[in-house]
Amino acid sequence: MARHTPFHERTSVLNTTQLWSHWAGYLSAQRYQLSEKFEYFAVRNSAGMFDTSPLYKYRIHGRDAETFLGGLLTRDIRKCRPGHAQYTIWCDDDGYLIEDGVVIRQSETDFLLSAAEPNLAYFQDRIGRLDVTIDDISDEVAALALQGPKSREILTKLSPEIESLRYFQTIETKIGGAPVTVSRTGFTGDLGYEIWVENANALALWDAVADASDGYGVLPFGETALLMTRIEAGLVLIDVDFSSSRYAWTDADRTTPLELGLGWMLRSIDDNERPFIGRQAIRRELAAGSRWHLTGLLIDWKDWFNLYDRNGLVPPKDHLPGAYESILYDDAAEPVGYATSLMYSPMVQRHIAIARVLPELSTPGHQVNLEVTINHKWQQVKATTTQMPFYSPPHKTA
Amino acid sequence: MANDRTYDAIIVGGGHNGLVNGSYLAKAGLKTLVIERRHLVGGAAITEELYPGFSFTTFSYALSLLRPDIIHELELVKYGFKPLLMESTFAPMEDGNYLLLGQDHQANIAEIRRHSKHDADAYDQYSHDVNRVCRAIKPLLDNIPPDITSRDPEELVRMASLAQHMRDLEPRVLHNAVRLLTGSAADFLDDYFESEILKATLSSSGIIGTKVGPRSQGSGLVLLYHYMGEHDGDQSSWAFHKGGNGGFTQVLARAFQGFGGEISLESPVARVITSNGKATGVALEDGTEFSANIVVSALDPRRTFLELVDPRELPSDLVENINRFRFQGTSAKVNFALDGLPKFPALGDRADQFRGFTNIGPSLDYLERAFDDAKYGWYSQRPYIDACFQSTVDPDMAPPGKHVMSGFIQYAPYDLKGSDWDTEREKFGDTVQAVLESHFPGFGDLVLHREIVTPLDIERVVGLSEGNIFGGEFLAPQMFFFRPAPGWNQYRTPIEGYYQCGSGTHPGGCVMGAPGKLAASQILKDAKP
Ligand SMILES: Cc1cc2nc3c(=O)[nH]c(=O)nc-3n(C[C@H](O)[C@H](O)[C@H](O)COP(=O)(O)OP(=O)(O)OC[C@H]3O[C@@H](n4cnc5c(N)ncnc54)[C@H](O)[C@@H]3O)c2cc1C
Repeated sequence: MARHTPFHERTSVLNTTQLWSHWAGYLSAQRYQLSEKFEYFAVRNSAGMFDTSPLYKYRIHGRDAETFLGGLLTRDIRKCRPGHAQYTIWCDDDGYLIEDGVVIRQSETDFLLSAAEPNLAYFQDRIGRLDVTIDDISDEVAALALQGPKSREILTKLSPEIESLRYFQTIETKIGGAPVTVSRTGFTGDLGYEIWVENANALALWDAVADASDGYGVLPFGETALLMTRIEAGLVLIDVDFSSSRYAWTDADRTTPLELGLGWMLRSIDDNERPFIGRQAIRRELAAGSRWHLTGLLIDWKDWFNLYDRNGLVPPKDHLPGAYESILYDDAAEPVGYATSLMYSPMVQRHIAIARVLPELSTPGHQVNLEVTINHKWQQVKATTTQMPFYSPPHKTA
Repeated sequence: MANDRTYDAIIVGGGHNGLVNGSYLAKAGLKTLVIERRHLVGGAAITEELYPGFSFTTFSYALSLLRPDIIHELELVKYGFKPLLMESTFAPMEDGNYLLLGQDHQANIAEIRRHSKHDADAYDQYSHDVNRVCRAIKPLLDNIPPDITSRDPEELVRMASLAQHMRDLEPRVLHNAVRLLTGSAADFLDDYFESEILKATLSSSGIIGTKVGPRSQGSGLVLLYHYMGEHDGDQSSWAFHKGGNGGFTQVLARAFQGFGGEISLESPVARVITSNGKATGVALEDGTEFSANIVVSALDPRRTFLELVDPRELPSDLVENINRFRFQGTSAKVNFALDGLPKFPALGDRADQFRGFTNIGPSLDYLERAFDDAKYGWYSQRPYIDACFQSTVDPDMAPPGKHVMSGFIQYAPYDLKGSDWDTEREKFGDTVQAVLESHFPGFGDLVLHREIVTPLDIERVVGLSEGNIFGGEFLAPQMFFFRPAPGWNQYRTPIEGYYQCGSGTHPGGCVMGAPGKLAASQILKDAKP
């Protein structure tokens, strides 16, 4: 039976649609309102509350915790000081991506790592003789995200220290009487926070945030609105934009950090002091070049219009992310890449997609043709490569 | 004359059409000046803090017909374009019941079934049929209509392609188009539906801004016009721009300035200066003169032809046509600052029904009776109200927990029999508030501030003649070939270099930008050596 998150007593009442999906064995609201788009606008224009409790959460601690994570994670954990968080990834020996996640460093020797998929066995099997303990606290800790331009103002009412929290900083504080960890992180590409709390205090936290939000037009939002915001934010998603190398059957189904636009995580790859899993393979890739490069795509609005119009249709502007892959071609009809996340973006006012293209097309401004199926025929619409994120308001990092 | 008062193009009037027109001209490289009478641009599309902490969309309040091309061609996203979603239409009924339609198709069908099982099925057919008509008609909004008075080969080509377009339509679509363009909203809806509340709610978009009732011929045209609105491609769903329609016109002003255009505020233009039948500039009321070989009036046809220039310079048949061009404004607004959201008894503490349009016009009879009052020269005793609690969509419109309500009211005829608007203002406000009170008991206790906007105010403040919100009635004899007059429906005027781009030109009113854009294309074409 699907389990309930610690916020379920509240979310089950708020979810007027009673539409739920399963996420890590938990019921997770697809949308709370009849209009997921209205929830999306709450995030973009006010703030939204998202129950992100189903994330897997690992407490990784012990004298050697930094050394352990330094060898496991691709991004240099030594650069993450206590009170900070890092978006990070871990790879296999061949330099293929296993997963991504966020790690919060609570002290020199204490880390909280969250990820969408289970990784406990994989992590524990790599501890070896190091002094490290990993506790799977997934079922003990709840997580609530408050995302959107009004989130700081609202949370500051509950804990004044939050006002000065910088992008990817974290603090230990109290909200609604409950001890919490607040990180200025999120998956929406907006100003936003994630609040980590013991299950027993979850409802008190929810109620405190909901009360402080009163009058601001804040709404709970579900997975659909979250997925819209993450595409605009240019954030890749496991099982949509990439698959874990642990469960891929072929290398075609695997992705390297460089291919996924995460090269910026590799700044200290030449530092011999920190060997990590996949390092040698990634260095070889850096020298030899990658198969693909990640890019954003802006679909030509006029061409999109004309294509559908010529086919006798009203051009759809569907904000729901498409759950399919579309092939990209050059003008000679040769395949040059593939788009993994396609949607109509209300902020950009055109269709956008996250895609991978051949390295020579990776810089912004290249034109490609995206395949779409209209009237049971494969047809093509013009698109231009562009830098991501598609939407990045100044308040995100300010 | 000082060189810094010389421009390539001057636009009289900083409404949204003037700004769109100016942006296209500036983008094409012309040194362009927009001259606005008031202290802010936007015209009928402005947002003002009329009560501390509360932003009012004094006049125009929703966005949907804006041409998508304009968003992209003028790079409006870069300048802050942000259309938020108005989620639903809520229609309270006199017996305490209601109709609530939103974004979820299945839920809408279930909701209509509460009123009529027949209509729940017919609703999809209706939407499909009207959407198909919209697809057929929309290209007309984005192109300059033919000049039926001309035998110029270019015009004959335009006529031929229009005929071809009609010929290509499926007979059923063409017939539905004609039914809508010539008939009444009520007749069209009667052919699909039996439910009073559904018919009344759908028909109300057929009377907006126009002196017709839902049973008058001509209301079909107005219904169709509004149905062509969209939010992100979603036909018949409307947007609320961040910060209201004033937020939108500020985006336009930034785009215009981004293309190098200049704006002169608090500069009422007295007249267009002409020499030997050509426009050479404009003179302000204070005597300041600006020169340009292109002068564009973004005002309504009466001002364009009868006030800014000397009508004696114009052909008399044009003057005659403009003289009889109907304005007869019939709309007003009553806007409120509220201490909280009202309650609708049948929905208890629920408030999500207010996140869109609240449509008070519960039956065709109700709307038609409201119109009857106007026919005989008085404002409706039980008026139609299109209310929007805009702070539910954009919380920045009011302090936390407080709300601002835009109330669009019909009918309020410009000419009152035996009285005038300055005398009737407060009584009119009370009449409107009484209707709100009857649907939302306790409404009056929430009122912190009330702003009454009569048709006379619209005329005085915005400059729209007789307060007609569309710069001239949406009646078939005043549309397309004939907007604002036969032979002068292509943005030119008999005075060389003098153009028109306001809502009184094709396609017409609403925050749509099409007149401004199409006029710019004509001007730029004429300017080519
Ligand atoms: C009450 C009301 C509600 C409406 N609601 C909606 C709605 O919700 N949605 C929608 O799409 N449409 C709505 N409309 C219609 C829409 O707002 C108008 O059709 C549109 O804004 C008109 O734009 P415009 O640029 O053609 O003219 P205007 O907005 O009228 O602009 C003309 C400008 O010229 C200026 N001016 C006048 N005379 C002079 C002079 N002598 N010298 C210099 N400047 C001068 C005026 O001050 C004004 O700024 C509404 C209109 C009204 C009045």
